[in-house]
Amino acid sequence: MTTTTVIATRKARGAGAWPMTRFIGGRILGLIVTLLIASVVVFGALYAAPGSPLTFLTHGRTMTAAAKAQLAAEYHLNDPIPLQYLRWLGGAVHGDFGTSIIYHVPVSQMVAGRSGTTVLLVAMAAVVVLVAGLAIGLYAGLKPGWLSRSAMAGATAIMAVPTFVAAVVLISVFAVTLGWFPVFGAGAPGADAVYHMVLPAVALAIASVAFVARLAQGAIRAELGSDHVQTAKSRGLPGSVIVRRHVIRNAAMPVLTVAGLTIAGLIAGSVVIEQVFQLGGLGQLLVSSVQQKDFPVVQAICLVYVAAFIVLNTLIDLAYTLLDPRVSTGRSAS
Amino acid sequence: MTVAAADARLLQESEKRMRRAQGVSVGTWVALGILGVILLMALIGPLLYRVDPNAVDLSAAYQGPTAAHPLGADGNGRDLLARIITGSRTALIGPALVVLVSTVLGVILALAAVWFGGWYDQLTVRVIDAIFAFPGLLLAILATALFGAGLTAAVAALSIAYVPYIARIVRSAALRERTLPYVAALRVQGVRGLVISTRHILPNVGGLIVANATISFGFALMDLAGLSFIGLGVQPPTPDWGAMVGTGMAGVLQGAPLEALWASAVIVLVVASVNVLGDRLNERAEARA
Repeated sequence: MTTTTVIATRKARGAGAWPMTRFIGGRILGLIVTLLIASVVVFGALYAAPGSPLTFLTHGRTMTAAAKAQLAAEYHLNDPIPLQYLRWLGGAVHGDFGTSIIYHVPVSQMVAGRSGTTVLLVAMAAVVVLVAGLAIGLYAGLKPGWLSRSAMAGATAIMAVPTFVAAVVLISVFAVTLGWFPVFGAGAPGADAVYHMVLPAVALAIASVAFVARLAQGAIRAELGSDHVQTAKSRGLPGSVIVRRHVIRNAAMPVLTVAGLTIAGLIAGSVVIEQVFQLGGLGQLLVSSVQQKDFPVVQAICLVYVAAFIVLNTLIDLAYTLLDPRVSTGRSAS
Repeated sequence: MTVAAADARLLQESEKRMRRAQGVSVGTWVALGILGVILLMALIGPLLYRVDPNAVDLSAAYQGPTAAHPLGADGNGRDLLARIITGSRTALIGPALVVLVSTVLGVILALAAVWFGGWYDQLTVRVIDAIFAFPGLLLAILATALFGAGLTAAVAALSIAYVPYIARIVRSAALRERTLPYVAALRVQGVRGLVISTRHILPNVGGLIVANATISFGFALMDLAGLSFIGLGVQPPTPDWGAMVGTGMAGVLQGAPLEALWASAVIVLVVASVNVLGDRLNERAEARA
């Protein structure tokens, strides 16, 4: 795309803020619709399960008639299904996810107490992905040679390592053999928690680091070979200026977007990592609740995860569209 | 760089790309070789190596490689080679089913959306986006919560969760195909939409479908192995690679990492081979397009 068309598009977009507002509104509407569909799936799961909802919730546990009646009342199982859904959704929006069948405490309490660990894990993994992935990708893209080639070959191999395998290897080497890091647990709040989270975050991030590095390397190679960089070279611009203004700036947007989506994908992967390192976050609670058939907790955590995933995806999508003037906000975009 | 030199370099580059797109590299052969060996192992391995993968022998617990146990034994003294061989069946069948079901569903959805267009296409896109909002692993965990831990629920859930990837790729490729003159020519001849979609458009986007299916196989294998690892997939005592890494954790902590090591190694080998193959197939399909 030439500079003139870019300027022309910018001008056209500056002419009225209306299409932009409409675009953002559309995306937010889409977000809400997707969230609603997700909530229908999570709620409807109760009815997709074999047997009646009440037998599914009690799951063969011997319960007194009174306890069963209380469960039915709490789930409003005697109401029409759409009304049940609305009540459940209304509660969920207000942070009320019902009561745990096993622990008899509000689900929201259990979820709130454990979400900090999960957020820390995903956030630290995200930092690792961005810093290490972009640094390796930049280096390999700008400085071709044996080191870059082997880094890219290594990245291809590491992309084939599932998070739990990475976790076991890291534990074996850095926790058991070298003893640098703790094997299990989330540690005390503060610096100790961060220290305990190093191995889990690296295990969760490592495959994504490789993916982002490969992506960044490819994007930079493509930019280096493009016409506008050739032109900049022929104009006699110094190499550092070309790299900064012509290569990195153009390569950054798509790479950052995909990196963002990859980070959103870490949310689901954190479930497995929490289980390996016994971190006691939401993911571990999810797995133990599935095993103990504590369905209200399973519903709540699934909904929280899906909501976080959808919101992150939408934010990245919005950021990409707003920051890159070349991306059309019109209907032709689809 | 002079124009002529730049042209020569461009020509060289494009020739290299052509050769790469047509030829088969060493990496591809290695990947095919590894996958061939693993497949043979799953098919006839248990017939050749007749050791019971579930035979417990506590005196051999955590033993290193011996004549009786070529790869060593696990915490219950069960033969690791036999468990790796038998485990290859569950480890490979699950992802194969996921890829098969999701690819068939995704291709049908995408081709129908492209052919009918309009509101039907828009509806399909919305449905695909909604499924995409569920990370595969999470949907699989929800399914095991409903139908009990095991491979069946997990495979069914992943089969649905993987539909968006293939459907998006096929839809955008088929949209491109639909604008090409040959489709218009067929329509003028009065060929039915179903026939054009399945006999003409489908073969033309086939390369992309195969490439995506190959890459999805690796992801499905990792997801299912992860599920078995946390105890929600294949249930003990059935041997499975992912579950072996899970039970092998106890050995890792006691300095006997063999079970986790072998199981991890075969998982990584298969996924890496599948990825190399998928990348090559993708390059090929894109070079054709």
